[in-house]
Formats: sequence, C-alpha cells, structure tokens
Amino acid sequence: MQNTIVPSFFPSRDGNGQLEPVTMKMRIKDLAFYYGGQRALGDVNLDIAEHRVTAFIGPSGCGKSTLLRVLNRIYELYPGHRAEGEVLLDHTDILSPAINVDQLRRRIGMVFQKPTPFPMSIEDNVAFGIRLNESIAKSELEDRVKWALEKAALWDEVKKKRKQAGTSLSGGQQQRLCIARTIAVRPEVILLDEPTSALDPKSTAKIEELITELKKDYTIIIVTHNMQQAARISDFTAFMYLGAMVEFGETERMFTKPSKLETENYITGRFG
Amino acid sequence: MMSRYRRRRLVNHLFLWLSMSAVAVGLSFLAWILVTVLLKGWPSLSMELFRADTPGPGMTTGGLRNAMVGSLMMNLLAIALASPVGLLAGTYLAEYGRYTRLADGVRFMNDVLLSSPSIIIGLFVYEFAVAPFGGFSGWAGAIALAIIVVPVVLQTTETMIRLVPDTLREACAAMGAPRYVMIIKIGYRAAMNGVITGILLGFARISGETAPLLFTALGNQYWSIDLSQPMPNLPVVIFNFANSSFENWQTLAWAGALVITMVVLLLSITARFLTATSKREL
Amino acid sequence: MNTREAAALGELKKASVASRNITDQVFELVTLACAALVLAVLGAILLSLIMGSWQTLAKHGVGFLFHNEWDPINGNFGALAPIYGTLVTSVIAIVIGVPLSFGIAMFITELSPRILSRPLMVAIELLAGIPSIIYGMWGLFVFAPLFGQHVQPLLHDTLGRLPGIGLLFQGPPMGVGMLTAGLILALMITPFISAVMCEVFDVVPKALKESAYAVGATTWEVMVRIVVPQTKLGLVGGIMLGLGRALGETMAVTLVIGNAFLISPSLFSPGNTISSVLANEFAEADDDLYTSSLMALGLVLFLIAVVVLVAARLLLWRLRRKAAG
Repeated sequence: MQNTIVPSFFPSRDGNGQLEPVTMKMRIKDLAFYYGGQRALGDVNLDIAEHRVTAFIGPSGCGKSTLLRVLNRIYELYPGHRAEGEVLLDHTDILSPAINVDQLRRRIGMVFQKPTPFPMSIEDNVAFGIRLNESIAKSELEDRVKWALEKAALWDEVKKKRKQAGTSLSGGQQQRLCIARTIAVRPEVILLDEPTSALDPKSTAKIEELITELKKDYTIIIVTHNMQQAARISDFTAFMYLGAMVEFGETERMFTKPSKLETENYITGRFG
Repeated sequence: MMSRYRRRRLVNHLFLWLSMSAVAVGLSFLAWILVTVLLKGWPSLSMELFRADTPGPGMTTGGLRNAMVGSLMMNLLAIALASPVGLLAGTYLAEYGRYTRLADGVRFMNDVLLSSPSIIIGLFVYEFAVAPFGGFSGWAGAIALAIIVVPVVLQTTETMIRLVPDTLREACAAMGAPRYVMIIKIGYRAAMNGVITGILLGFARISGETAPLLFTALGNQYWSIDLSQPMPNLPVVIFNFANSSFENWQTLAWAGALVITMVVLLLSITARFLTATSKREL
Repeated sequence: MNTREAAALGELKKASVASRNITDQVFELVTLACAALVLAVLGAILLSLIMGSWQTLAKHGVGFLFHNEWDPINGNFGALAPIYGTLVTSVIAIVIGVPLSFGIAMFITELSPRILSRPLMVAIELLAGIPSIIYGMWGLFVFAPLFGQHVQPLLHDTLGRLPGIGLLFQGPPMGVGMLTAGLILALMITPFISAVMCEVFDVVPKALKESAYAVGATTWEVMVRIVVPQTKLGLVGGIMLGLGRALGETMAVTLVIGNAFLISPSLFSPGNTISSVLANEFAEADDDLYTSSLMALGLVLFLIAVVVLVAARLLLWRLRRKAAG
C-alpha cells in the first residue's frame, strides 16, 4: 500500500540541493489543545515530511512544545490535558482512544530538554526499550545496543564503561545516550524537545551533526528556541505564536522570504 | 521611665531566654529518661535474659526469652502483612491515583489512622479476630500491629516515589513503557530506601506498642511459638512486671525497657540515615 | 470513504482490542484495592465499635456519657469519670506542652545556628520515638516519687492556698495522679507539636521575615507579629494533633494515674482515662454488658480523637494550600 499523502507544498531539496519529491509521514489536522479549560493551541494544520527535519520555532509559551507533546500523547500523563482534532501517522489517527499509546510511543520516540538517563547502567538504558517488547538473545541484544550507541555517536566514548551508571556521563553524553535509547527501539519518528538547550556549544554541535545524520533513517521533529539551530539543521520550519501556527514552509524560504510580518519580526530578532 | 527601645529589647531577651530554657528542659528530660533506662536496665543485661523464660510468682531467676521471641515473631509477621499493602497503596497515591479525589481521601484518612489511638485498634481487632475465634492469639496481635504499620509504610513510600522527577516519568512513558514498568523499574528503584525506611520506622513503632497487644495477643507466661495461642511479648511483660510488687519482676521490666529502647533508637537512627542518603542520590 | 481510508479504519479497529496493557490495568486495580483498604479499615473500626457497644447504648442511652457509676457487679456503667479524666489530663498536657513546644520550635527555626538545628530535630524525633511504656516506667518509678516528695507539697503550700485555683492542689501528695499523668503526657506530645511547629514556621517566606528585621524588629517581635499571624492555622493544627495524641495515649497514663473511678477537683487525686480503663479492665471483663460498656468507652474515645485529628489535618492542609497558592 502506498503511504504517500499528497503534500501541501513541493518540492524539497535533498542533501545535494537537488529537487526531489517528499512523502508525508504525519499530518496534523485542525488540532486544538486544552489545559483544563484553557486553550493552548488552536487550528493547527501541518504536514510532517518523511526523512526530513521539521523544526518548530517561536517565542517561549507559543505552544511549540505543547504541539510536540501531542504527537506522542505524552500529555495524557496529566489530568485535564486534552487534544482535539486529528493527527495522522500513516493514515491512522493517533488521537483515537482506541490507539494503544505504548505501541504508539514505540513508533514515535522522544528526547527531552534535560537529559533523562534512567537510574541504571549505560547498557541497560539503551536496552530498556528493546527488552520491553522484544525477547531476543543476549548476543543479539548486545549487538543492538552497540548499533544504537554507534548511531548516536557515543560508542567510542562508552564502550569500555557500559556497566557504569548512565548518570555518570557528562551532560552532552547523557543526551546522546537518550538518543541512543530512543533509536534502539527503531522508531519511525523522533521528537526532540529543545535537546540542546541544557548543553554547552561543543556538545550542541555534536548533537546537531547527529540529527543531520539520523534523518536518513528517521523522520525528525525538533522544537528549538534557537533560530540559528533551526536554520542550520531543519528542512522545514513552522513558526508558532500565541498557540497558533503562523507560517510553515521550507526552512530556506522561511528565513529569507517570510511571508508573514510576525515571522519576519521574530526571525530578525525584533521580539521573542 | 524606661525608654521604648530598652523595653523592647528586654522583652526580646526575656523570650529568647525562655525559648532556650524550653530546649534545655526538653533535652534534659530526654537525657533523664534515657539515662534512667540505661542505669536501671544495664545491671540485668546478661545471657540469662536471653536464655530463660519469664519467671512465675516467687521464682527468683528468669529472663525474657519467650517474650522476646514472641515479640519478634509478631513484629515480623506484622511487617510481612503490612509492607505489601502499604507499598501498593502508596504506589496508588503517588502514581495511578495521583490526581484523584479517592487518593486525596485515602491520604487524609491515612494521616488520621497514623495518629489515632492504638488501643482502639486493639479493640477493633478483638472484635473481629479474637471474639469470633474464641480466644486471644498471636495472629490477632500481629494483625493489630500490622494495622499500625500500614500507614507508616504508605506515607514514606508515597513521599519517596513522588521524589521521582516528572521528566524521568515522561522519558519512561515516551519509550513506550506501560506505567507499571515505569513504577517498578524507576519508581521502586528510587523509593527502595524509602520503603526500607518506612519498614524500619514501622518496626520501631510497633516494638514498643503495648496497648493494642493487651487484648489481642494477651501475653503468655510460658514459652510458646504457636500463633493460634496467646503469645508472650515484651511490652506486655514490661507492663505487667512494672505493675507488680516483686522486685525481680521490676528488674526484668527495666531490662526489657532497655532492650526495647535500644532497638527503637537503633532503628530510628538507621532510618534517618537512609532517608538522608536517598534524598541526596535523587 | 475511499479504500485507503477504509483500510486505515480496519487497522484502527484491530488496535482497539487492547488499547491498554492488561498487566498495567491489573496492577492499577491491585494498588487501588490496597489504597481503598485504608478507608475500609477506618470504616470497619467505627462499625465494629458501634456494634460492640450496642448492648450498653441500648440499655443506658446517651446517659452513659453523663452517668458517674462504674459497677461491673450490678451491671451499671457510666463513662463520666474516664471522660473527665481524659479531658483533664489532655488539657494539662496542652497547657504545659504548647508553650514548651513553641519555645523549642522558635529556637530551632529562628535562634539556633544551622549546625545545631539539625541535631536538635533529631533529638526531638528520638523523643517522639520512645515508646509510651518507657515514659510510663520512668514516670512511675522515677518521676512520680520525686514529684510527690518535693514538688507536690510545694504546690500545695503555695498555689494551694490561693482561693479558687487552690482547689486544684488539695489532698495528700501521692506522686501518682492526674497532674503527674498530665505532665508526662505534656512531655510525650511536645516532640510532635514542636515538629509540626517547625514545619509550619518554615512556610513563612524568608523575605517577609527579613523585611521585618530590616525595619528593626526584634526576634520576638518578628515571631509574634509576622510568623504567628501567618501560620495561625498550622499552629492550631499542630496543637490539635498533639491533643489527639494525648487523648488516646494509654500505657504511660495507665501506669501513673492511680486508676480510680473518681471525679475530684484536685489534680493531685488519682483518676483514670478512657484508655487506662480499657487497658486495665478489658482483658478481664467477663460478661457481655461489661465488655460492651468498655467498647462504648472505646467508641467515645475514637469519635473524640477522630474529630480532633480531622480538624488538625484540615487546618494543616489549609495552611499548606495557602502557602502554595
């Protein structure tokens, strides 16, 4: 079966600047979000391209993180948080109550602002998700852990201390550990919620490099308050303001020829 | 006339002095009690105490072996019964039921149960576990003690699980882990010290509890490890012997008091130490 | 609906078979059951006490509370003396214990250097952890004799000569009695009250206290004008919590109160409390009415204690909510 959703814009440039058609991985339709009685998001419509990096930017409190947290339904941990509308992942509405959220979250992984290593060894951190839903031989498990750590560009640094606690690593390493842990279950989409805001410039550069590398295999959505970062690593950018999607388009165009005044004001640093 | 400033300063000094004397009074009574127990109990601490059973009237020798064994058995049984209940109930309050009214109600009533008179718990257990079964028993004693331990374990468990930061909870859910996996692998790992603290504190609390045992386990002058029979136990022996007019019984009561005090202090100090370290780790 | 959407719908229906992990649902139910057990136990305690005391309540009615006779042989039971003793000893405990606790809490939160406040808190906790029976033995063998020999005669000769209040200090100094029981109770509840007070004083924002100090207020003035008004609810809550403890405290009281069914204005006289009567008589009560009367005493104690404790917790919760919001 074809998975292509006809995108609302065409075409996109691949790594070599060549034009190529993109496939849509997710489609957000008329999404609204409420904290208790308070509306935090409204009328969000957006398509997420497969194997591309989509960035959500905007001033703090604009709803970019909230939007991200709808996509894996992590908001459901809290009472009174409610989403309305449709979020399609390959045609399935993931907001439907019939969806098993645990299964959903295995397909859509998430990395948070602050590194969140679990209180266990580095190896167990990475194996955590694999052990949850696959019963595989020990050697195969080790291979998967190695593979994930390599993918996250952490293997060389930790291969000799895999039994040590995940919390013993530096901040940047911890964040890459969290990325490895997310990749290890081979999700289709990875959500990154300001993944570098707690890190130093060197670690940030490493993670950015990693994100560019990962988009070959995964669809990536990143929330960032750092416009340069969005410009550097994303293919598409959504600018949000006051809980609404103001403008969405190719990153290059957004940063050079924004069509809305708010977008222009924001990216030129006039507010936010 | 005294100046306003001088009067204010004088009043202040008076109350500061009173405040310090309050502390001095409190501490000196603590010291007085502890020293008394130590001085009166120490001379009779001997191997005999742990080898011989409680003496009958007119007997000159004897120990507290049966009472200590009985107490230990009932305490351990109470802990075994209460810990899982307290742990799971605390889990509900901190996790699944976190934002529910039921959890608020349980938390509130748990606080009430925690400080309600323990002799009432004895009456309650008498009504449903002694009277219908035709007699005082070790089981009834253990159940009464368990009802006292549950609120302690529940409270410490909930407090410790709540120390798990929400970010970690979210990260675990984001891996597609069902909530119970998060609770067991992350929550309980963080709460482990808390649960152990709760168990130690619960044990300390029931080690000296006398009132709820008076008409559940009753006590037994002889050696008995049959839980379906009246069970010898340290607090009740101390109470009975302290109230008696035999001098050797009173001496044994002091020895028992010293044993209980040491157990309680040791457990409380260990529990405090554990809480301090686990809070530092998180 | 096109075919693709139909296929998607089919996929959805398959997923709905188990939209949540079964183990997780079972685990939630088990934890819920354990939590509910706490409520069930409290309910069962109340129910069993009511059922147990039914016979007496049917015979004596409300009169049980106001009737001063305790005659197991002829089957006449009234709870007035133990209720009186319970209230009097608890009031003594509060009157002595509250200022003592306030002083201790003030010292720990406002006066003591940091290094000292932690060990002091530990000492308070240790004092709170010592079992009732130990206080009782110390009270019976050490405190009461000294009190009867040295302090009671002194009180008798001084306060006892005053009109009115002197009535409280009459009679022979026996050491044991209501006053001794009240004093030991005061000592026992002081750690609880001061711990709550320390916690409550911590709620007051530092900035508030500092701004009062900045305009030249003395420590005592900051306590009385700023801290106490801010934390009234919690202070009362803490005191009620201590009262709840004092009301139900059993072993220490039983050993030092003298155990007599007596209502005497003098605090020197022996008396009893609800819990001391239960401790002394319950295991020996041989007929149903006797047992039932003791159960009724228990019911009275339970109701008083629960009302006091619920009020205490409500006050503390309100203070905490006020501080948080």
